[in-house]
Order: sequence, then C-alpha cells, then structure tokens
Amino acid sequence: MESYETHEHDVLVIGAGGAGLRATVEAAVQGVSVGVVCKSLLGKAHTVMAEGGVAAAMANVDEADCWQTHFKDTMAGGKMLNNWRMAQLHAQQSPERVYELERWGALFDRTADGKILQRAFGGHTHNRLAHVGDRTGLELIRTMQDRVVQQGVPVYMECTITHLLKDGDRVSGAVGYWRDTGRFVVFKAKAIVLATGGVGKSFKVTSNSWEYTSDGIGMAFKSGAELIDMEFLQFHPTGMVWPPGVKGLLVTEAVRGEGGLLRNNKGERFMEKYDPKRMELSTRDLVARSIYTEVKEGRGSEHGGVFLDVSHLPAETVIKKLPSMYHQFKDLADVDITKGPMEVGPTTHYMMGGVRVDADTGQTTVPGLFAAGEVGGGMHGANRLGGNSLSDLLVFGKLTGEAAAQFAKKSSKLRVREEDIKAGIEEMLAPLARTSGPSPYEIHEKLQELMQSYVGIMRTEQDLKHAIEQLQTLKQEAQRVRVTGSRMYNPGWHLAYDLKTMLNTSEAIARCALQRTESRGAHTRLDHPATSPEWGKVNSTVNQDGDGMRVGTSPLPQMPEELRQLFEEPVAAAKK
Amino acid sequence: MSEVVVRVSQGTADQNEERRYQVPVTPGMVVLDAIHYIQAHFAPDLAVRWNCKAAKCGSCSAEVNGKPSLMCKSRLDDFQPGEEIVVYPLRSFPRIKDLVTNVSWNYEVNKKIVPFTPRKNAQWKMYQEDMDRVQEFRKCIECFLCQNVCHVLRNHEKYEQFGGPRFFVRLAGLEMHPLDGADRLPYVKDEAGIGYCNITKCCTEVCPESIHITDNAIIPLKERVVDRYYDPLTKLFRIFSGNNK
Repeated sequence: MESYETHEHDVLVIGAGGAGLRATVEAAVQGVSVGVVCKSLLGKAHTVMAEGGVAAAMANVDEADCWQTHFKDTMAGGKMLNNWRMAQLHAQQSPERVYELERWGALFDRTADGKILQRAFGGHTHNRLAHVGDRTGLELIRTMQDRVVQQGVPVYMECTITHLLKDGDRVSGAVGYWRDTGRFVVFKAKAIVLATGGVGKSFKVTSNSWEYTSDGIGMAFKSGAELIDMEFLQFHPTGMVWPPGVKGLLVTEAVRGEGGLLRNNKGERFMEKYDPKRMELSTRDLVARSIYTEVKEGRGSEHGGVFLDVSHLPAETVIKKLPSMYHQFKDLADVDITKGPMEVGPTTHYMMGGVRVDADTGQTTVPGLFAAGEVGGGMHGANRLGGNSLSDLLVFGKLTGEAAAQFAKKSSKLRVREEDIKAGIEEMLAPLARTSGPSPYEIHEKLQELMQSYVGIMRTEQDLKHAIEQLQTLKQEAQRVRVTGSRMYNPGWHLAYDLKTMLNTSEAIARCALQRTESRGAHTRLDHPATSPEWGKVNSTVNQDGDGMRVGTSPLPQMPEELRQLFEEPVAAAKK
Repeated sequence: MSEVVVRVSQGTADQNEERRYQVPVTPGMVVLDAIHYIQAHFAPDLAVRWNCKAAKCGSCSAEVNGKPSLMCKSRLDDFQPGEEIVVYPLRSFPRIKDLVTNVSWNYEVNKKIVPFTPRKNAQWKMYQEDMDRVQEFRKCIECFLCQNVCHVLRNHEKYEQFGGPRFFVRLAGLEMHPLDGADRLPYVKDEAGIGYCNITKCCTEVCPESIHITDNAIIPLKERVVDRYYDPLTKLFRIFSGNNK
C-alpha cells in the first residue's frame, strides 16, 4: 500500500480563509495544539476577494445604530429563515471582533475624528461597513495571517484534505495529499474545524476561485453530518459581463454603497420599479432578480448586463474609495469607470446553506466536527446581506475555534482506522490507473453548463428535474475519469476528485430547490412565485441515505419573545 | 476566431522543455485564460498557481515574454499581432513543476519580522492622513514579483543576508504604523540587509499594485538606519549620553 506521513494535533483547522484563520487563532489561544491546512499558499484564500467591508454596529457614523437593528436587518434580509441565535450572536459580537483586528494591526479607513469609518450597504439601515477602500478582505487575511505566524501555529500549505476519519461516531482525523508531490498525509485530531468556503465552481458564471469546490460540505455529508438550506445560493447582482474571460468577476457592492447608479439601456434607473425606497441599495436577491428581468425583457446592455455608473462622482473619490474596481475595469475591460458606466450582471457568489451547526459552538451534528464561515448554514437564512460574511467569519471563527479547543481538551485519545485511510487513498489513486475514460475538465464543463442553465437564478420544476437526472449521468461519468501524468502538482488529478464532491453538492442544491415550492430570498421558482407562510416555518435538510441522499425539512428554531418583539417596534439606540 | 502561439516552459527543478500550443483568442483574453485553455485541451497536468483571476491574490506570477507579470493581468491584445507568447516560471525561486515555483523562502523570512506591537497605553484613535502611507504598503498581495526581479536575490543570491523588497514593504508598514511601538531597525540593518539594495527600482517597476516600493518603503527605511547608525552627530551624542543603542 501507498505510504503516508502522519501529523497529530488537538485541533485541525481545514481552510485558511477568514473563518479558518480566526478559528486557528482562538484555538491556539486556548493552549491546545493546532494545525491549519490550506489548499493554496497562506494568504491567498478567497477572503482576499472580499471587497466592500465588514458589517458591525459600531455606530461610528450613524449614532442610531445598535446590535438590535443589525439583527433585524439580517433577519429581514434572510427572509426570517435565519437561525435567530446565530444572527443575534453575530450582531452582538461583530463590533468587538473588528476592534480586535485593529489591535492586531489592521488599518481601516477613518472618520474625520479618527474612528473606524463605516459605509452604506444594501439592506443595512445604517452606515455599517468598516472597510479599507475596496480591499477589506485582504486586510483581514493579512492581519490574521500575521497573527497565526506570530503564534507559531504550523500551517500545512498546498495540502488538500479529501476524507474525514472517524472513531465510532466521532471525528478523529483526516486524509489528504500534498499538492506539490502528490504524496499522502494523515492528520489525527480530537476536533476538526471545517472552514472550506462555498460551492461556486459548480457554476459557469461565478465570482469564486478554483478552491470553491465545496470540499467541507462534501466531507461533512459523507461523515453523516446534516446539511441545511442548500437551495439558498446567492447570485451577486453585479459581476462583470464583458469581456468573456472575466465574466462573473465580482464588482463590489461598495460601488453602489458609494453612490453608484444602476440603469438599463433606456437610461432608466430601473430599481424604481422594484424597490423604490431602497433603490440600488436593496438586498442582493432583489437587485439580482431585477437585473435578470431587465435583461430578459430586452432592456439590457450589449453584452447581456445592465449599466452601473459612478462617473457622476468626483474621479478622485472613485479612485480613493474603489481603487481595485478602477484598475479591474481599466486593465481588464478597457473601461475608465470615472468616465463611463460598467456593464454588470448576476454571478454565482455565496452559499447561504451548508453544514448544520450549533449556533454557540459551531459543532455539526457529528461529534468533534465543527464548521465556521461559508461552509456552515443557518446564519444568513434565505439571503445574505453584503458585509455580513466578513463579520460572520470573524464571529463564528472565534466561537468555533474556542469550542473546538474546549472539546479537544475534554477528549481522550482517538483512533484512526487503517482500512479507512487505505480506502481513501485507493479512491484517490483510481483515476490514475485507468487507461481510458473521459477527462475531468470535460465533465466539469458539462456540470457548470448544467447548473448555470437549470439550477440558476430562476428555477422551475421541469428544469430542476432535468438537472437531477443529468447529474446522475455525470456522476457515472465521473466514476470513469482518467487522469494522465504523474501525481506531482497535477491539476487534472486534483479536479478528478473535486468533481465528485461538486457533483454531490450540486445534487443537494437541485433537490432542495425542487422541494421548496415557493420563492424566498435567493431561491426563485417561476412556477411558485409566491412566498408561502408554511415554507417559512422550516429549514430544508439533506442527509446521507445509503449511497444516496434524503431531502426533508425541519422546524425553524423558535425565536424567544424578547427578540420577536424587536420586529414590532422601532429600535431605539438607547437599547445599546 | 484568431489564434495565438503560446510557448510554455514545462518540467521540474532540473529539466525544462518548452512546449508549443495553438490557442484560440477571445476578446479581452489574458495569458492565464490561455494557460487554462491549454490545461483543459492539451495538457491536463500543466501546473500553475492561480486563485482570484482579478489581480487581488498574487498567485499567478510568471515571466511572460521575459517580463515578470501576473498572468491574470497580461492581456493577449497587448502583444503584437502574430507575436508568440512565451511563459516561464519565476526564475529566482526553484521550480517545483511547470509554472509553479517553491516560494517557501519568503514565508521563512516573514516569520523573523517582529509583528505589530501596540505602544503601551495606545489610544485607539488614528487619523487618515497618518495612515495613508501605511495603507499603501498594506496593498501588497505577496505576488513576489519584486523578490523575483531584485538583483540582490536574482543575480547575487543573497538569500541568507537579504530580506528583499516585499519584506521592506512589510517592515516599513510596521515601522510607520501610527500605533506601533516596536523597534525593527537593528533587524532592517543587520538581518534584512537593507544596505545591499542600491535602489535600482526594478521592484517598483514590476509591482502590480503600483506600490512605490523604493521611494516610499526602502529609502525611508535606509534613512532611518543611517540616522541611527551612521549620523556622526547622533553617534557623538550617544557616546556622551551613554545610550549606545
């Protein structure tokens, strides 16, 4: 059998984006042995792409802001399907998490009186997003990366985890491979934190990087963890649409936060028709659907988008507050955004659903397995507000890191089974041994076309059924993929396994979307356009069922009375 | 649809082979798109690093027609019609495979730098005008193109004695942070070897974030080192005051 190296930690964190790094810092603070594994080099995780800011009711700009209003905005944005306890913890703790970053060296943009500046964003009642121009994610990553290095935590870079190991019903380790050599590696751990991000690479038009292959969702599912709300996939309203090579690339909501206007090809500010009160700063689900409708009804731009314009703002403001947008359009699309409009359209962006977690600890339904950030479900309900993702990963990264460390402290030594390791490795090696079969790139392209066309922003029963059927065919093809070349830094080989995970997750998305016969938040059913009060009482659930999956529902956790009352009266700032 | 010839350096640490591919061109296409096309159609095991495809993560650094660049920012229509595009990995770091190099040396240098250390009793109030210059340094996406072109590393291989432009940018960001209280000048002088830099500005020229590495980071750090260690008046003052730091 193939040899492998072994490492052992109390807590193993998989993923070194914002959630993973924050969990790592906190677990290390608890004094346990921590290791963090990431697929890319340290500091390259998808969090660097987060642009607009981190939402926290610090009330630096609008004194009226308070956690209660942030909580209400989040729940309203999520169409009340959010886990109320997560939304509460998030709103209460995000200000402290932001100030903490500052104490670790982060430099957020300032108000005139020297406080952290906050900008407006869609669905947020007040100016709430702490930011650094339009590169807030980079600042978060760099700050936490430096912190992890300072703590001396081992970082296993360019290492992909493929299988979780269990001892009885508990998680006890993981199997993976080094991307550079293709050699296998086993981690033993008493607690594992999944911080692996989302699913975007299953779609053709996406703002997500190659890493977004739903690894954590796939591994949790196969270990017996429950998934929830997989139909709620956010299509960010503004991705680039031209030229083709950059289609889907994110255009930050900060463009609208700073005063950018959306227009159709008739020059109309079309958001007047869809949300006259909030206009461009409506929630993402609504803006994305509005753009889709404008394009569909023939009022789109030349390349199938709409126009987003900041040219009425002073050029120096645009360059100072939106520097990376300025360069992105200038370098990649030959558009000077200080002079003319951008062309934008919806792009697959963020998974609201994911692994079911306990709000206070981040523990999944499998003992010892935790999840934080985008891989977890519940916090954002049916639609996430912009800025709530960076705050999510800080708040729940910390809580989860702490809980995982405490869990590990109480655990005795666990076992990993040699036959499980062997099975994982054999599964990985199979495509290299085949002498014929389709290329993984070919099947990946088919998957992306399928999900884009049939499980996209507007859904119908017929389309979803077609998608589920086609996914079965693709799954069979994926079992036959053949990989050429050696195991040394071989992207084709990497994709061969990621593909299986993506196909499984895609099926969960399609099945949940088929089950929910209503339209809510990011999930729009053309054949069920109304929002149904009955569906508003349940989360969707997905569980392993033999080799297949079982989709069902579970009742929404009930909000306590004192929080419920917040929705009946305006919140006074004095409640802070 | 027009086509372009892309020649890619493939191989491992001790073996190099230039392979030639015909790639169809679409509007706005960048070199990284061409590499992805080659992966999907001709060479499924072609190794390349990339993440964001938007010049925000600094993963896809390579040498394109001899010029160190991010492949995601290198437009095919910026080349002459008919010009062949030749892609090599960064040459200052050992190759792992194809376009992927071993940049772990940078992570080791980074570990030696004293991190942000807030001053005692810092009031957490900062003004934009005091932060602007540090925010410029915080834009660094760690693409290591500056490290790749720096002749102290590339030609003289002073990996043991020199930190390289990337880390002078980090050091300048820490030294100029309005609330930082640590002293890194002995490190800047002795271990990071700032004296080796003779300000040829090669680093500044290749920075995809347009950070003024030489003017705003390296020269001010050199000035601080000179003020402390080589200024004759300060030196005399130190001798008489007994402060020999």
